[in-house]
Amino acid sequence: MLRLHEVRFRWAGRSGFSVSVPDLQVMPGETVLLLGESGSGKSTLLSLICGTVLADSGRVEVYGQDIAALSGGAHDRFRAERIGMIFQQFNLLPFGSVLDNILLPIRFAPERRARAGDARAEAVELCHALGLPAGITSAKAATLSVGQQQRVAVARALIGRPPIVIADEPTSALDAGTQTAFLDLLFAQVRGHGTTLLMVSHDPRLADRFDRVLHMQDIAQIARQAA
Amino acid sequence: MILRLAIGSLGARALTVGMTVLAIALSVVLFLGVEKVRTGAKASFADTISGTDLIVGARSGSVQLLLYSVFRIGNATNNITWQSYEAIAAQPQVDWIVPISLGDSHRQFRVMGTSDAFFDRYKYRGGRSLAMADGARMADLFDAVIGADVAATLGYRLGDPIVVAHGIASFTEHKDQPFRISGILEKTGTPVDRTVIVSMEAIEAIHVDWRNGAQVPGQATPVETIRQMDLTPKAVTAALVGVSSPLQTFALQRAINEFPQEPLLAVLPGVALQELWAIVGVAETALLAVSAMVVVTALIGMMATIFSSLNERRREMAILRAMGARPRTIVGLLVLEAALTAAVGAMLGLGLLYGVLSLTQPIVDSAFGLWLPIEPPSLREVLVLVGVVAAGAIVSLVPALRAYRLSLADGMMVRT
Repeated sequence: MLRLHEVRFRWAGRSGFSVSVPDLQVMPGETVLLLGESGSGKSTLLSLICGTVLADSGRVEVYGQDIAALSGGAHDRFRAERIGMIFQQFNLLPFGSVLDNILLPIRFAPERRARAGDARAEAVELCHALGLPAGITSAKAATLSVGQQQRVAVARALIGRPPIVIADEPTSALDAGTQTAFLDLLFAQVRGHGTTLLMVSHDPRLADRFDRVLHMQDIAQIARQAA
Repeated sequence: MILRLAIGSLGARALTVGMTVLAIALSVVLFLGVEKVRTGAKASFADTISGTDLIVGARSGSVQLLLYSVFRIGNATNNITWQSYEAIAAQPQVDWIVPISLGDSHRQFRVMGTSDAFFDRYKYRGGRSLAMADGARMADLFDAVIGADVAATLGYRLGDPIVVAHGIASFTEHKDQPFRISGILEKTGTPVDRTVIVSMEAIEAIHVDWRNGAQVPGQATPVETIRQMDLTPKAVTAALVGVSSPLQTFALQRAINEFPQEPLLAVLPGVALQELWAIVGVAETALLAVSAMVVVTALIGMMATIFSSLNERRREMAILRAMGARPRTIVGLLVLEAALTAAVGAMLGLGLLYGVLSLTQPIVDSAFGLWLPIEPPSLREVLVLVGVVAAGAIVSLVPALRAYRLSLADGMMVRT
């Protein structure tokens, strides 16, 4: 499903921060937790997988597709089609309605739109499954609580069933109780759809929910050259 | 949906966007307003005289002759003697001739001595004739017909007495010979509205006791005596001439310009008007350029606003990028927002323009004699509005390209 091999990447101009990943594989349907402190290259790794930055050398394969082989526009299309993305916080466009936000990715992904069928109905269904109050779809995103916003972000990541969901510390802005409820809902959805989940976090307490736990320091080498 | 997002995003920044819209609207009002005044002035100048083939006056400049004889702007340097006037009137090519005698005033309005034929021969706005709103033409020596603005401004009615002052801005009045208002003209939108019309004989009559521009001390001829006097004018300021055949216009013009007894000048009103535009054109262009610069300034203001909003919107762009939006979608979104802002500004500006026009139309008309028509936007104005929107979209490309580079560099990992 996901494979990185001998990947090297160096940020241009950012004090020579570079990451190299000798080998990383994630199987279809697997849930993987990637643990690492801040500055351990987690975000860079996610950017490489999503194709918003390209590796200087090595191979990044997502769903059997070599990312580097795609042209600029095709990266974006590929990401839209294959990857559901959940951020740490501020996931939503604050001025859009909940429905606008959920339907945003399929705007850029015709295949996902086709798979979603009646996209509005699926959005409403996902909201219901994620325990969001009925009728919330027409509310403005900015009026929602942080917990609700994160659940809307999950609905957005899942709409049209992309094969991979990538979550970048989605629980760090939530308190402990909300965190547990959120993860329960996320896992129920991911397992239900057989989606591959790659979550990045610094919190080892989440480990027991996942099929596999990886530590950043084991899979990647970070180097900082003095500018 | 992109349109909905753009509108939503603009709505979220309602205050700054509102200010930008207002700045664009005001600049559009200024630009279209200048354009309106310009075309209105041109049209009302061009409408002021029609049907007259030649204007004859003492030798000066053609523009000057046109201005003082028709528009009552400025003064004649010299008069035409009555003998010359009669000699021109006797030319075979002359169909009709109307004398004009200027130099006196009533309050802020000029007094014009002329013959009865003026009311038949003077035409404006493509051949329309003067019409009486009330009363009749001068019948008595001391009758006066006043223009619509004179009546409206000074509140005059038929039969009211008026006293004519000597000169244009003078305190010396022809008190001994008061006039009576015999008629009030309908509004024409020409300088006739601001003119007091009396007969040529009346101009002669009030100057009986005057020599060389000053009242003869101690001399006060009684009105009854004046009525008995021969009041044939000694001079006229200018004359409007109609020729019997248009083909003879140039021959007559040359004959008058080469008049042996006196240096005279005959001009074709249309040609003189063209010369006037050539002079005014520079100022006109400058005015238009200044108002265009104001529009450009407003658009650059919008560009600055977009620039300063980019940083706070990096998160928004990162979300869009993560969802699979291409960098060029982000550029499109910013340009669409700018075009929407400019379009709303342009429409608001057009609305404001009509508002301002409907409020100031009567004021401008009475103060400057300038009639600004309220009509649907002309093709030219529509093009200006479209141009503003297009220019808005174009200037927004600068910050949009910066956003493009930012979103390429940030990817989707901006943390705010």
